[in-house]
Amino acid sequence: MAGVGLGPLRAMGRQALVLLALCATGARGLYFHIGETEKRCFIEEIPDETMVIGNYRTQMWDKQKEVFLPSTPGLGMHVEVKDPDGKVVLSRQYGSEGRFTFTSHTPGDHQICLHSNSTRMALFAGGKLRVHLDIQVGEHANNYPEIAAKDKLTELQLRARQLLDQVEQIQKEQDYQRYREERFRLTSESTNQRVLWWSIAQTVILILTGIWQMRHLKSFFEAKKLV
Amino acid sequence: MGSAAPRSASVLLLLLFLLLLRAEQPRGAELTFELPDNAKQCFHEEVEQGVKFSLDYQVITGGHYDVDCYVEDPQGNTIYRETKKQYDSFTYRAEVKGVYQFCFSNEFSTFSHKTVYFDFQVGDEPPILPDMGNRVTALTQMESACVTIHEALKTVIDSQTHYRLREAQDRARAEDLNSRVSYWSIGETIALFVVSFSQVLLLKSFFTEKRPITLASCSRAPHVPVWNSSRRSPRRVAQGGGRTMLLW
Repeated sequence: MAGVGLGPLRAMGRQALVLLALCATGARGLYFHIGETEKRCFIEEIPDETMVIGNYRTQMWDKQKEVFLPSTPGLGMHVEVKDPDGKVVLSRQYGSEGRFTFTSHTPGDHQICLHSNSTRMALFAGGKLRVHLDIQVGEHANNYPEIAAKDKLTELQLRARQLLDQVEQIQKEQDYQRYREERFRLTSESTNQRVLWWSIAQTVILILTGIWQMRHLKSFFEAKKLV
Repeated sequence: MGSAAPRSASVLLLLLFLLLLRAEQPRGAELTFELPDNAKQCFHEEVEQGVKFSLDYQVITGGHYDVDCYVEDPQGNTIYRETKKQYDSFTYRAEVKGVYQFCFSNEFSTFSHKTVYFDFQVGDEPPILPDMGNRVTALTQMESACVTIHEALKTVIDSQTHYRLREAQDRARAEDLNSRVSYWSIGETIALFVVSFSQVLLLKSFFTEKRPITLASCSRAPHVPVWNSSRRSPRRVAQGGGRTMLLW
């Protein structure tokens, strides 16, 4: 590389970094309010080997100005992710702004819980926190412009890549559907068996109890010399 | 090198486009959350003027599978309100730029948590590459075929999601039924035993004289045993102590 081109390149690199930083931060879209130490959980029902990316940003309520502060350093959010068996997949403390990623290894309901563990909130914030949240699952988690830039794909190739990802997601979902249907069928068959056996058992118990009652009373009355 | 500068310039341009698009970037949020009883949860999103947004929601588990939902515009007017709905879809073109809020309420229920799924989409889907919006030429057949396939696959994914939610609902009900059959059967068996034993005990207590009085009566007057093989109607039998007994 010629030494002539380095200066402007470095300047461009710096500019690119600034722009990238600006792109990374900023409004996420959907937001909601949570109280201090309140836990908010979201459920994602996903097939296995699916990547989930979550981005969040928190803002603290300023009591005096009655407005949400743009960003608050020192405010932490604890993110906990549990898999369908209840095992903890991810349990980490992030800053006031964070991004968490996990890949599912078993299909089913994964629970993503967020709660703030900051005690400062009670003093300054009046207990209200605004959380911007964005959770992307599966192929929505792919960043296509980035993939295009990295692999140097033309538009058509990128579109083909996107279609392949979509079809893969559909296939995974269908496999998951088969697994769920099997579970559902087992549950229904189990209910069927239980209803059958418990009905028979209860009828038998009823008859036996009746017989026992009659015999006991008969012997009682015979003992009393009434029969 | 001469090639390095244009490449980094294009990367820069790409990032600039990303930044510009972010302002009008179509967003979507698809979340499933648990709504406790007597609770209300609200979500807010900023929407530009003239942009169409849609809200789909469905109750997955809990109670009678219904929830209240309302949507408010930035000025506080309610643009959509439904009570006790199981699922619904609502689209609206935003007239005012600002923060729209939509809330789900379970305040009418006293003891059932509900799991609610919602899908909030704002705007149309962005083009796959940011600079595609500035095309001058029309799409080739290949490209338009790809776009068609992409749209069709999106429909497939949406209907898969819909079926998954329905199936989750049915499965929750089936598992509930399964455990309820067990508990009720065990409960009924226990009730059966309890009732039959107490019937016998109660009947025995009717025919059993109270111990102290029996002993006293035995000591005062001779007890006359009564035995009659043929019985059609009750006979009054006198016993010591002035007590009479009905015998069948």
